[in-house]
Amino acid sequence: MNELISLPSAILFILSIRGLNSPRSARFGNLLGIIGMILAIAAVFVFIPFPRLPVIISAMAAGGIIGIISGQKVRMTALPQMIAAFNGLGGLAAVFLAAGETIAGGTGYFTSSIGLVIGALAFSGSMVAFAKLQGILPGRALLFPFQHVLNLLLATVVLILFAGFVFYREEWMFWYLTAASLLLGLLLVLPVGGADMPVVISVLNACSGWAAAGIGFMLGQTLLVITGAIVGAGGMILALVMTKAMNSSLWQILLGGAAKNAKSAAPGRETGNARSGSPEDAAFIMENAQSVIIVPGYGMAAARAQHALKEMSVLLRQKYRVRVRFAIHPVAGRMPGHMNVLLAEADIPYEEIFEMDEINRDFAETDVAYVIGANDITNPLAETDPSSPIYGMPVLNVSAAKTVFFVKRSLASGYSGIDNPLFYRENTVMLYGDAKEVTEAVVRELEK
Amino acid sequence: MSEQLIIFILAAFIGYFVVRGVTPALYSPLMSVSNAISGIVVLGAIGMTGFAENIFVMVCGLIAVFLASVNMFGGFAVSVRMLEMFKSKRKKQ
Repeated sequence: MNELISLPSAILFILSIRGLNSPRSARFGNLLGIIGMILAIAAVFVFIPFPRLPVIISAMAAGGIIGIISGQKVRMTALPQMIAAFNGLGGLAAVFLAAGETIAGGTGYFTSSIGLVIGALAFSGSMVAFAKLQGILPGRALLFPFQHVLNLLLATVVLILFAGFVFYREEWMFWYLTAASLLLGLLLVLPVGGADMPVVISVLNACSGWAAAGIGFMLGQTLLVITGAIVGAGGMILALVMTKAMNSSLWQILLGGAAKNAKSAAPGRETGNARSGSPEDAAFIMENAQSVIIVPGYGMAAARAQHALKEMSVLLRQKYRVRVRFAIHPVAGRMPGHMNVLLAEADIPYEEIFEMDEINRDFAETDVAYVIGANDITNPLAETDPSSPIYGMPVLNVSAAKTVFFVKRSLASGYSGIDNPLFYRENTVMLYGDAKEVTEAVVRELEK
Repeated sequence: MSEQLIIFILAAFIGYFVVRGVTPALYSPLMSVSNAISGIVVLGAIGMTGFAENIFVMVCGLIAVFLASVNMFGGFAVSVRMLEMFKSKRKKQ
């Protein structure tokens, strides 16, 4: 009977993700997810002995208030670390449940260990990701000697303790397993650099799902198993989409994110002078253009230039009848889909926003590409230079546009540490300065 | 156990196909929605707290209720906020 009650919730959860097929059905989908959750919780409350209810409800209320307030307050640029933090807490909940089961003398040694290990990895890994994104730890790849050997050793220790606990059932092994798993999560995420964060966050998201599934096995609760499996599969798909967009692999990022940085090409290979221009030049060329494609990167969001960008696109479209579109690279931002949310926050209609595959051919027929706070995702070396660390990564084909504007602080290279030959080309104009200030200056010119 | 393994694998397949259909523009809301529904561990936590015969077990369960609730409510709150942004522009256009 208990099992049957979980069926509607499971279906509602599936529909809630299904709703994300399009922005139109997404909000309804989310509502279905909330209803599914309420049903599931109500069904469990029925069985709980009455005297225990107040304390459970208070714990839920406390967590709920903290969750809702932080969810309401978070800035959209800080969204990735918020998601990382939530993931981590979900993982930690799994750890406490596995611990509780072990203290209670439960017999599901294998299943509780799975929930424990994955939950602990999700927790400590997410905390490191959070600290990196929040700027508490440096965002670049943190390297230490014998990293791979140490990680391999630690992973082996985790496996041995896992097997040991399953076969010998000594409680001390459980606590050592907890500690080793927590440490492993820490060490796995520490070496990952900022631009690989979209992948790591997706993997951690998957882990929180699998941890839930593991706890479901342990407690024999089908709904946890189903939901955990769906979330786990979803997180892995996102991770694969992201790695594909970086021409990388999960192994490369989790094991060798470090190695990639080390062999970055010697700077200054492409010599020549970059041409710099003023916001007035940019405004003049864009208002006489027929088509403009704006390419935002994380630097745009960091400078909070979204609203200026929105004003610029509205002016160009309404005052000068220019066709304005936005082109988004799959790994622009710090988590999957991050740039879309940032542009949505600035009220830029999603009909004007295009994914890389949809728009890449159109650069050849466009007059102006306005690249703001992005670098590596436009670098033509990814297509032409096999020795480049980003060789093979799909990039936005901005060089095909008649004129390319780069809004940038300086000629400095991007995250991957390689020079961008686009800067030195005839039809490229550099607009030096803060992304927001430059765009605001362009807007003032357009208003004249 | 084996029955649940079958359920797990089938559910993973459903997850795979459903998530494949999600439009890339909504990947961030996808993460926060899946984040929220993975807060489903709260069911296990409620059960553990409710039927604990030992104070330590009950404390573990309660902490898990609290943590999973942050995850769940927070995830839904962020999703609602994000999806609200994606909605607002259809009216204006």
